[in-house]
Amino acid sequence: MTQTLRPPRGLWRRVSDLFYLHPGLLLFLLLVPPMLWMGIIYLGSLFNLLLYSFYSINGFTGQLEYRFTLDTFKTLLTTPANTDIVIRTVLMALAVTLACGLIAFPIAFYMAFYTRGNTRTLWYMLVLLPLWSSYLVRVYAGRLILAQEGVVSWFFAQLHLSWLLDAILKTPVLGGPSLASSYFGMFVVFTYIWLPYMILPLLASLERVPKSLIQASADLGARPGQTFRRVIWPLAVPGVAAGSIFTFSLTLGDYIIPQVVGQPGFFIGQMVYIQQGTAGNIPLAAAFSVVPIVVITLYLLLVRRLGAFDAL
Amino acid sequence: MQTAVQLINLTCIFGNVRAVDRVNLEVYSGEFFSMLGPSGSGKTTCLRLIGGFEAPSSGQIVLFGQDASRLPPYARDVNTVFQDYALFPHMSVLDNVAYALMVRGVPRAERHRRAGEMLELVKLSGMEHRRPSQLSGGQRQRVALARALINQPRLLLLDEPLGALDLKLREEMQIELKALQRSLGITFIYVTHDQGEALSMSDRVAVFNHGQIEQLDTPKGLYEHPQTEFVARFVGSANILEGRLIGLGEGRFALRPERVRLVAGSEPGAHRLVGRLLDVHYLGSQTRYEVQVEGGRITALAPSQEEILPAGSVVTLSWDATSLRPLADGIPARPEASV
Repeated sequence: MTQTLRPPRGLWRRVSDLFYLHPGLLLFLLLVPPMLWMGIIYLGSLFNLLLYSFYSINGFTGQLEYRFTLDTFKTLLTTPANTDIVIRTVLMALAVTLACGLIAFPIAFYMAFYTRGNTRTLWYMLVLLPLWSSYLVRVYAGRLILAQEGVVSWFFAQLHLSWLLDAILKTPVLGGPSLASSYFGMFVVFTYIWLPYMILPLLASLERVPKSLIQASADLGARPGQTFRRVIWPLAVPGVAAGSIFTFSLTLGDYIIPQVVGQPGFFIGQMVYIQQGTAGNIPLAAAFSVVPIVVITLYLLLVRRLGAFDAL
Repeated sequence: MQTAVQLINLTCIFGNVRAVDRVNLEVYSGEFFSMLGPSGSGKTTCLRLIGGFEAPSSGQIVLFGQDASRLPPYARDVNTVFQDYALFPHMSVLDNVAYALMVRGVPRAERHRRAGEMLELVKLSGMEHRRPSQLSGGQRQRVALARALINQPRLLLLDEPLGALDLKLREEMQIELKALQRSLGITFIYVTHDQGEALSMSDRVAVFNHGQIEQLDTPKGLYEHPQTEFVARFVGSANILEGRLIGLGEGRFALRPERVRLVAGSEPGAHRLVGRLLDVHYLGSQTRYEVQVEGGRITALAPSQEEILPAGSVVTLSWDATSLRPLADGIPARPEASV
């Protein structure tokens, strides 16, 4: 007779054994709820929305026609007012992404290579602090700061630089009666609001770069500029790509900031909001929301083509 | 002999710690020079100062007759093999090795040809297109070596390059490194905490302790004539005897375990001690005996015998008077800087 060392098997014990011996089963049970959520509620409703972009509104009755057609996309792409909206939004998203990248990189670089322990925690706090307050509060605060009688114009006046502010406001298209009602002001608020979303992924990629790589590069004769181009930048690119997808897509989809700050021209987010709400043209709203998806997909293909993910 | 590196009163202070404390030394051209010491002894900081990765707080670094104290790493004719190898993860092995040529603007075909030659030298042909992450530790180590040597530097700094390798591989690499150094004629400065490694490869060794050099000597000089208790204990192992010894005067003396003879029984006399065998460690070719004598414990190391004495036996230890090495006082710990 063989003697086993096992204590008596209770139910819980048997369940544990079952899961231990069949790890696939446990994984399956853990993944089913999130997959259902992702598949049905999240992706399902998204596809449903996209499906509507292939339907159309009967111009006469205002009724939805459940018939496959590309008419809505034709309307979107041939009406100058609509293409203006798309171009305006994409240009703003590009400008905001570029500005966020330029501001975020030095901050992330400094945090990754020159801070440790408590100092780094403090910097994390500083970066994340704005996210603790309401988005709306920050947007309206942005408008007040940029207003005609706001802090910024006061500051320019104190520095005897009012002429500079006036010159900025006189720029065609970008300018306006005040910063708060110009595209330039909108750009400033967008950049401010989305900055943390650029800093954090950048920091994540830079934190993984050992300092010794930078020293090795210098040791092998590379001047700081070469080290940046050949070592730091290629290793930071996945973070830049991730961060830029955040800032780019968040700007493409936002409908609050263009309403609160800047000139009255519409943005994609606003069009989606208006078309499915007040205008009741769900197919056009759906077609508008396809635009960011297409733009982001093209952008991802482009960065992959450029070898951005080789270092992953 | 030509001087490759000269350190003059070199000091490096981090916060309130003197990592390197008024170090003076000269490394000659073509020499295999080791810096040996426990962690925190300042040996790595000293190497990093020579490489240009840290700035000295005071003192001077002279490289090949030129003051290099304030030169950035890329302006020094020195290359480094880093402890973690620091290979560029986004480049192939070939591009890693060719990096130094690339930043100098050598055309692609030419630098790849020369990088291929370097890989041949370190026996890694066929690995050109792999990524560093696809290599074993020993292979990465060789890539790091090839990359540092491609510029044909006059001085190569190695920061515990074999630390991450297993014993067998480490011994192989020690032999290869030494052979490479001889054939290339480059000055090597080698940082290690492994005294065996330092002794077997080096022409001269500087033993670091508390940011200062305790002793600078040939491997044989260090082992046979340790000048302080720290060196005697750190390089090999040593029995430290204290007191008045016949013919040698008063003081502290180091006695290597293998210079202690051990016989069974009690036979007192001059340069002898009678004790009781505490413990016997069989090490294969040798056997180590721990003996309790009056006032302390003495270790003896002897070739293994067929018959091993049992613990508890009474034994007599003896040695030649010439085996006793008088010791001077070492460097006291100085964690606080007096700036």
